[in-house]
Amino acid sequence: MNAPTYNFAYLDEQTKRMIRRAILKAIAIPGYQVPFASREMPMPYGWGTGGVQVTAAILGPDDRLKVIDQGSDDTTNAISIRKFFQKTAGVAVTTSTVNATVIQTRHRIHEAQLGAHQVLVYQVPIPEPLRFLEPRETETRRMHALAEYGLIHVKLYEDIARFGHIATAYAYPVKVNARYVMDPSPTPKFDNPKMDNCEALQLFGAGREKRIYAIPPYTTVQSLDFEDYPFEPYKHKACCALCNAADSYLDEIVTDDKGSRMFVCSDTDYCETRQAQGHRGSENASPFAESRHA
Amino acid sequence: MLDRITTLQDDTPILIADGLGKSYGRLRACRDISFKLYSGEVLAIVGESGSGKSTLLQLLSAQLAPNTGSVSYRMRDGSTRDLAAMGEAERRLLFRTDWGFVHQDPAMGLRMAVSAGANVGERLMAIGHNHYGKIRATATTWLERVEISADRIDDAPRTYSGGMRQRLQIARNLVTEPRLIFMDEPTGGLDVSVQARLLDMMRSPVGELGLSAIVVTHDLAVARLLSHRVMVMQGGRVIETGLTDQVLDDPREPYTQLLVSSILPA
Repeated sequence: MNAPTYNFAYLDEQTKRMIRRAILKAIAIPGYQVPFASREMPMPYGWGTGGVQVTAAILGPDDRLKVIDQGSDDTTNAISIRKFFQKTAGVAVTTSTVNATVIQTRHRIHEAQLGAHQVLVYQVPIPEPLRFLEPRETETRRMHALAEYGLIHVKLYEDIARFGHIATAYAYPVKVNARYVMDPSPTPKFDNPKMDNCEALQLFGAGREKRIYAIPPYTTVQSLDFEDYPFEPYKHKACCALCNAADSYLDEIVTDDKGSRMFVCSDTDYCETRQAQGHRGSENASPFAESRHA
Repeated sequence: MLDRITTLQDDTPILIADGLGKSYGRLRACRDISFKLYSGEVLAIVGESGSGKSTLLQLLSAQLAPNTGSVSYRMRDGSTRDLAAMGEAERRLLFRTDWGFVHQDPAMGLRMAVSAGANVGERLMAIGHNHYGKIRATATTWLERVEISADRIDDAPRTYSGGMRQRLQIARNLVTEPRLIFMDEPTGGLDVSVQARLLDMMRSPVGELGLSAIVVTHDLAVARLLSHRVMVMQGGRVIETGLTDQVLDDPREPYTQLLVSSILPA
């Protein structure tokens, strides 16, 4: 039996062409959700089928691909998608953010600043920012068309009324190019400012929902807020326990059942690069100075 | 001269229905309905179930497109415009600023899962208000005006009683100080004492804000309490129209006589 042979990057050329058209339209109308004929992919919905299709459509033989999941290069989702493209496209892969030309991401934007030669592809579970406020898709489309966005502020109002501050911590709604309100996928709101006026092209693919949207380079992306409750990016008040970075987004890791915890960078590449440069955090002293974790 | 123009404008009707007709297939729900509504006037539309009252209300508020005839509305700038000729964006803006719509079932007009304050504030946020403190202050004032205690501001309407929900729905509609309000059976499903309180409360903003209102009801007592004029509908037609007292005390048409005489004596 012969091993199955795939077209370059799995999808057939007609499908790629269809997706590229959707991408071009999305770039032309920043923040607008373009419907596309999403295909079945060899992975379950919710595992990045939208992001994979966008990546497959833009990937060329000379690209270097990086895949992250919650900032990490070595989780199941990231590894399986990276291997998928190694096998079906034979492209070079990397874990280094600066060396990558195409970066597919789930739930994070990495710390290193994006450059003009890079494309960031997001995996999006629910592209509609108004979904939980207005369940009718016919109605939300009309609201987008007429730029009726009072409802999104109702959500923020509710946050303040209940918690005393805007408690939405991820999938924080943004307004793109002063026109469309967009869901930035479930990235923490810490990452929102990185989308504003970014040098790289940002593409969003939602496979189950069959939508593609985009933020072209150098586009304004404004996080919604109230005059008296301005947008504030949130992060834990700590430094990374491994590389001592004070400016990165931190994951909280519970270390025992007595309430001990440590904070480490969610972006593994950023953390490893800093450690290689000699930065040491509280849990990562030089071998001779290492003490038992208390 | 200027004064004369202003008085002239006040003499222009705020809403004109001209030969309105609507069919659902072979069923003709409304036929050839024409009337004028003036500023500050309350018009009651009465009739039995299936007489076309609710269809007429939807035609007037541009939620349904008529098969024949037209509805014109005098905008805040004084120009009278045909609703069908307006763009959808403009019509929807009108609907959430200059108009109010009170549904019989408050769950249709409210967002049951968000707090009362957000329900009242939504219209303000929709027209670009962006200051939490000010929105909340306005919402508090309006809740007090409809006799809902300010400490219930953060409760969702699903925890409210039927009468409170209906009052909240009215506050939500009045917050942008509309000029015209449509009401579809506003007291339906409420017990008599709650109805009385609601009617009493509705009379004051109508007087203070100089609101015009179109109230659809099958309850003649509501028509008598709230309205200046009454239109009686039967089988999709307006069969009798006139001043409320005149129509209810001295009905001309047999059907109206039947309607008036069918009220149980107190």
